[in-house]
Amino acid sequence: MKKITLVTALLLSSILGLTACGSKEETVGIEPKLYTDSLFAVMKADRTNYTKLIIQRLGPNGAGVIKPDEKWQDHDNGALLPAQMFRAGAEAVSEMTDDFTYSLQSIWPINSQNKPKTPMEKEGLQYIADNPGENFYGTEELGGKKYFTGVYADVAVAQACVTCHNEHKDSPRTDFKLGEVMGGVVIRVPL
Amino acid sequence: MKKIIWGVWILLTFLLAGYFGYKMFLANNKTEFLIGDATHGHHQIELACETCHTDAFGGGEVLQNACVDCHKDDLNESQDSHPAKKFTDPRNADLLETLDARYCVSCHTEHQKEQTREMGVTLPGDYCYHCHVDIGDERPSHKDLAFDSCATAGCHNYHDNRALYESFLTQHVDKEWLSDNARIKEADFATWLSPTDNKQSAFKEKIQAHPDIASEHFSHAHGKAGISCGACHSQEQEWLDKPGLAQCASCHENESQGFVEGKHGMRQSEKLSKVLSPLTPADAAPGLAFHQSAMNIEQGCNACHSSHSFDTKKAAAESCLVCHADEHSMAFDTSPHGVLWEKELAGDIAPGEGVSCATCHMPRVEVKEGEKVVMRVEHNQNWNLRPNEKMIRPVCMSCHSLAFSIDALADKKLIRNNFNGKPEVHIESMDWAIKRK
Repeated sequence: MKKITLVTALLLSSILGLTACGSKEETVGIEPKLYTDSLFAVMKADRTNYTKLIIQRLGPNGAGVIKPDEKWQDHDNGALLPAQMFRAGAEAVSEMTDDFTYSLQSIWPINSQNKPKTPMEKEGLQYIADNPGENFYGTEELGGKKYFTGVYADVAVAQACVTCHNEHKDSPRTDFKLGEVMGGVVIRVPL
Repeated sequence: MKKIIWGVWILLTFLLAGYFGYKMFLANNKTEFLIGDATHGHHQIELACETCHTDAFGGGEVLQNACVDCHKDDLNESQDSHPAKKFTDPRNADLLETLDARYCVSCHTEHQKEQTREMGVTLPGDYCYHCHVDIGDERPSHKDLAFDSCATAGCHNYHDNRALYESFLTQHVDKEWLSDNARIKEADFATWLSPTDNKQSAFKEKIQAHPDIASEHFSHAHGKAGISCGACHSQEQEWLDKPGLAQCASCHENESQGFVEGKHGMRQSEKLSKVLSPLTPADAAPGLAFHQSAMNIEQGCNACHSSHSFDTKKAAAESCLVCHADEHSMAFDTSPHGVLWEKELAGDIAPGEGVSCATCHMPRVEVKEGEKVVMRVEHNQNWNLRPNEKMIRPVCMSCHSLAFSIDALADKKLIRNNFNGKPEVHIESMDWAIKRK
């Protein structure tokens, strides 16, 4: 009887050990927060560089050789607006992977399709607007899938951002200042 | 008795299995497997089943890839305002439950002809409403509009809004309905591409045998450009009695490409799972009227351009009217456009001031070839008809104002009589855009 008990205990511990190994392997990998933080760092760097080094330097406020325009395709020297460039990146990424998605949103959007829609987007966008310098994290379920969601502030890095948003006829807010939070980047990772 | 019944039953089962097995795997004609008539867009190619159904075991992705494979370039060129990639973000999950805009077939379901509307749309006309329900809050002008009126001609189009977006409207206000300098540019692309080293055999004996044909050839474009008989009438140095699309395509690559992308030549497209016989009017989708005498004319380059003379003027209108007998086509000769075309043919007005069928339906398109800008003729007659607002920028606005063009293309009666008069329909989009300027 003792032998049977011993063998059973050994088997159980082996199974538990294997199961634990399995679960350990499942959790191996980058933390969602670190993942979204890292993605945002790349996005922010590219977005800032495009705005300052391309649009500001080569656009009407600089060399004047490109024409940043919402309908950039209609101009030989047309260039995507910084927000369009960002969204074009998000759309291109969506064609390459479904491991993460991202979008540029605002509680003061020029295009109402870019206002926060899900409860977490609304909460996150409001949080980063109320708490400059802080990010917002949470989990949410959309379409039957669970996501880790990070919301990061999108700040006016150039005068062109402020001027364009303040003067656009569809802008719901016209008193943006340089360095202020104008919107947010929402990054989602399926869990 | 039971044995006989069983025997007959088994025999019938094998016969049916054999028949459908043969039809499925060996026969060219698979009509029995059509679950319903295809839309007018795919009608001609509905029996090249594997063009769309590329894999028997695939799901929606297989069909989606097939759609994209053929229509991707067109959508890109249209600056598609609702590409599938816009809807893959999970934030749109609730919208996708109502309308899964990631897949073409959500709106364009095939083999459902009884519920297929214009542009091959199989959804009710309120498809915009689901996502843009609050548009009235942002645009007072849109507040009381009918929920199914968004995509009415002249207002919005789901994919192609190049001539309809707000700043384009406001850039083109206050123009006369007809320009003082109403003229289209001459096409020069084919000439530019014409071969300079004509190495094909001249087949002099053929010239001697057919002096009348040779005379016709040498007095028209090809002959004048130094193209020998063998340039078209040969395949691997052997004489070819009837050159086909492949021979034309060897020089006129873009024109041939356009031809097989349009309704006239799509049955010969290499994108099909099998190349079908050339289209005849008898094969065309029901609804278009043709002359009975033309029902068996096979569509190819020569059907319109007539061999040896390759008369582009004839191909631009006269050839169209050999087959087409619908109200719009039959009204051409007496329409303002048709009258101008007659004057151009007679030499009474300058080339480019007349308007032929091809002016609108096979328009001249400016394209960049390296550093050079050339004008080529788009041979896909459907290129600017999906929807007809596509015609506004490359065609109508060569001569007419944007406002006039939008109204004219929204007036179905005016389209039927081939634009014989002024529009009786007015699309208010430009008025609203001006108010917001």
